[in-house]
Amino acid sequence: MKPILKFLSGREAGIFVMIILFCTAVGIYKPHFISSNSLRIILLLVPLIMIGAMAQMLVLVARHVDLSMGSMLGFSAMVAGLMYRDMPEIWWPIGFLVAVGTGAVLGLFNGLLVTIFNLPSIIVTLGTLNLYRGLTFIISDARQINRANIPSELKAMSQTSPIFGIPWIILMSFAIALLTFYLVRYTQLGRQIYAIGSNPNAAPLRGINVTKVTLIVFIISGALSGLAGIMYASRWGFVNPSNTGMGFEFQVIAAVVIGGVSINGGVGTVLGTFLGVILLGCVAAALPLLGIPGTTQSAIYGSVILIALLIDRSVRQRATANTKRSRA
Amino acid sequence: MHLPLVSARGISKSFASIEVLSNVDLDLHNGEIHALLGENGAGKSTFAKILAGVHKPTQGVIKLNDSIVEISSPMIAQELGIALIHQEPISFPHLSVAENLVMGQKGNGLLTKVNWTEMVDHARQQMTMLGVEIDVTIPMQGLSIADQQMVEIARAIASDARLIIMDEPTAPLTPREVSTLFGIARRLKEEGRTIIFISHRLEEVRMICDRVTIFRDGERIATNTIDELSDEDVIRLMIGRPLGKYMRKYNADIGKIALSVNKLGLEGAFSDITFNLRKGEIVGVGGLVGAGRTDVARAIFGISPAQKGTIMINERKVNISNPADAIKLGIAYVPEDRAIAGIFSSLSVEHNLTAAIPKKIAPKNIIRRVLETSFSSESIDKLSIRLASPDQPIVELSGGNQQKAILARWLHTDPQILILDEPTRGIDIGVKAEFYDMIGTLAESGRAILLISSELPELLSLCDRILVMSEGQLTADISSHEATQEKIMKAAVPKMAISA
Repeated sequence: MKPILKFLSGREAGIFVMIILFCTAVGIYKPHFISSNSLRIILLLVPLIMIGAMAQMLVLVARHVDLSMGSMLGFSAMVAGLMYRDMPEIWWPIGFLVAVGTGAVLGLFNGLLVTIFNLPSIIVTLGTLNLYRGLTFIISDARQINRANIPSELKAMSQTSPIFGIPWIILMSFAIALLTFYLVRYTQLGRQIYAIGSNPNAAPLRGINVTKVTLIVFIISGALSGLAGIMYASRWGFVNPSNTGMGFEFQVIAAVVIGGVSINGGVGTVLGTFLGVILLGCVAAALPLLGIPGTTQSAIYGSVILIALLIDRSVRQRATANTKRSRA
Repeated sequence: MHLPLVSARGISKSFASIEVLSNVDLDLHNGEIHALLGENGAGKSTFAKILAGVHKPTQGVIKLNDSIVEISSPMIAQELGIALIHQEPISFPHLSVAENLVMGQKGNGLLTKVNWTEMVDHARQQMTMLGVEIDVTIPMQGLSIADQQMVEIARAIASDARLIIMDEPTAPLTPREVSTLFGIARRLKEEGRTIIFISHRLEEVRMICDRVTIFRDGERIATNTIDELSDEDVIRLMIGRPLGKYMRKYNADIGKIALSVNKLGLEGAFSDITFNLRKGEIVGVGGLVGAGRTDVARAIFGISPAQKGTIMINERKVNISNPADAIKLGIAYVPEDRAIAGIFSSLSVEHNLTAAIPKKIAPKNIIRRVLETSFSSESIDKLSIRLASPDQPIVELSGGNQQKAILARWLHTDPQILILDEPTRGIDIGVKAEFYDMIGTLAESGRAILLISSELPELLSLCDRILVMSEGQLTADISSHEATQEKIMKAAVPKMAISA
């Protein structure tokens, strides 16, 4: 009983209610929105964002931000795509290793700039957002990797299913969410990420290796962006130097912030992030049904981030007021 | 005689070029509770922080169990079994109490599994052992400061520390919590652990300490068993220095009441503060750190306004809800911590000097360089601020000259009431004397001055009247010819906080 009560009083319940309300409202207007088919559409929209959101959650909890995710996704997908094009006979799963490895290296570079040179992560990753995108153009000669070059087994992962008709990439994104849950809840590393974000000054005094933990967080962010990159190739069947991953970081940050992860560090849950991604997926799926053109998507994501931040702020103010009262 | 646990020899410490600790020798024995006493800035906290690895001594040797140790970081101190309980708890506000107790413990790899059940059970046991009721599963930020302090203490004890340093641990505690804490301290002592207890409350020191060491001006003045010293002895040893050479050389006519404060109160900071400040008068405010002096100044200047009471200026009741109101009413406030609240550190001296008078340098809302230059060079001459060029970043100036610049900035607004909060802290003797002259001249020109200072000679030689605050209350209002260091200290040292 107690955990249920705790859930109901938390931020997660609020998002859950918002999902139900939103879907009911759209369902009344367009009854066929509530169907297993639209569930499938929603779920197919979200796997990439889900994976990115888990990584971004860790980064925000550690009181940093990673704006370069979309470019890391694009670059890693391009490296894997080039490999498929130039070495057609290679065993296709190697693409996963290559994309994840490439992403990890890019993330490590971000992390080194943040930790060793003590630069603010928002500026570092704003820089690498452009740098990595530019490198993607350079390595690809500004040319797209076409459908014919992507192995059919890889593309099939977005359609075929090992179980219950749920495609592979959706299962993989859920697996990443579960792994992240284990990481933050049951490992020292996870708890130390929260500690660093909660009070960066106290962390070194308590013997936490802040540099190491921060580096790991940025490497995870890069590696998961790389994973999202190879999944992009699977889902869409091409890799384009300019489109692939463009604006990805903003969808991800929208989902994470809706999910109640604080941009001031120390606060955030995997469940909240998960629900934030689902809510964003519902919105994205409902837009075409409601006849809202795709061109407004950016404006809607942007508004959603701002609304979530306003909610976050009012929640935080109430929390501080409570603490003050208990001190007096 | 047993070998001492800690033996410090010749410990000196300088910050920048200012020596805050000079050649201190001290032995701490196993199983003793040792009090460090002294005025603000006497060096007791610095000494404690050196033992805890927060500061590195400039000179000197520390021996632990007869072997020389180099305590170069808080982590190394922890490994050596030295725990410092900070005045303000250092914790992770979003993490649970149980996690705060174990966070960062040695021997845990990054992928070690966290066993929540075990951790929570263990935390509960620790709380029971301490005799406090704290829900260990709620986040730290949900706890009162006193409870957070208890968690810090629990952590220090759990880490098997041999030397536990408590820096004013009782300040935020209620009497009941203080007796709980003392019970714990006595038990730790029986286990053979050593405790350093820093406090301003003499009665508390008498209740639990075995020996006391008194610091004054960075030197160890005396170490003795507490029973051999009377309260008068302790106070005399704490302040017993000759008056500073500076003597008041001005003579201002004291005029009408400029500022009148009636029953001012702010929850958790101060209450029932009533005093008058006349034109041409310098009123000092003495007391220990944390007595609420700065809070009163901030309330008058509108930074955190008082909840109760009234403020009158020139015998008219005024409502000050922010600093802009205060500035309009002719109040200027030179804050205590100039690095944080005083200077615009990335701007030049000139821009700092003219920052408070945007209208004067920009008559038609456009800044005129000529006016900027003339206003700033006027201040530089008048207060003899020593610099290479007015375009120099202000942070390149010495502390004293930065302080002059802040004062000069306010003088441009032609304030009638000046509140100076520790204006001479960390300033060389020479510049100090210049400052005193300046304050005197300002009073002669009919301004009312409220001078908050922890330096008794400064208060005694400069002020017409001295107010003393202790724990948020006004405890004395003494005219300068009746005031002595002893009287001020007696009013400043808090009364008994608990009954024995």
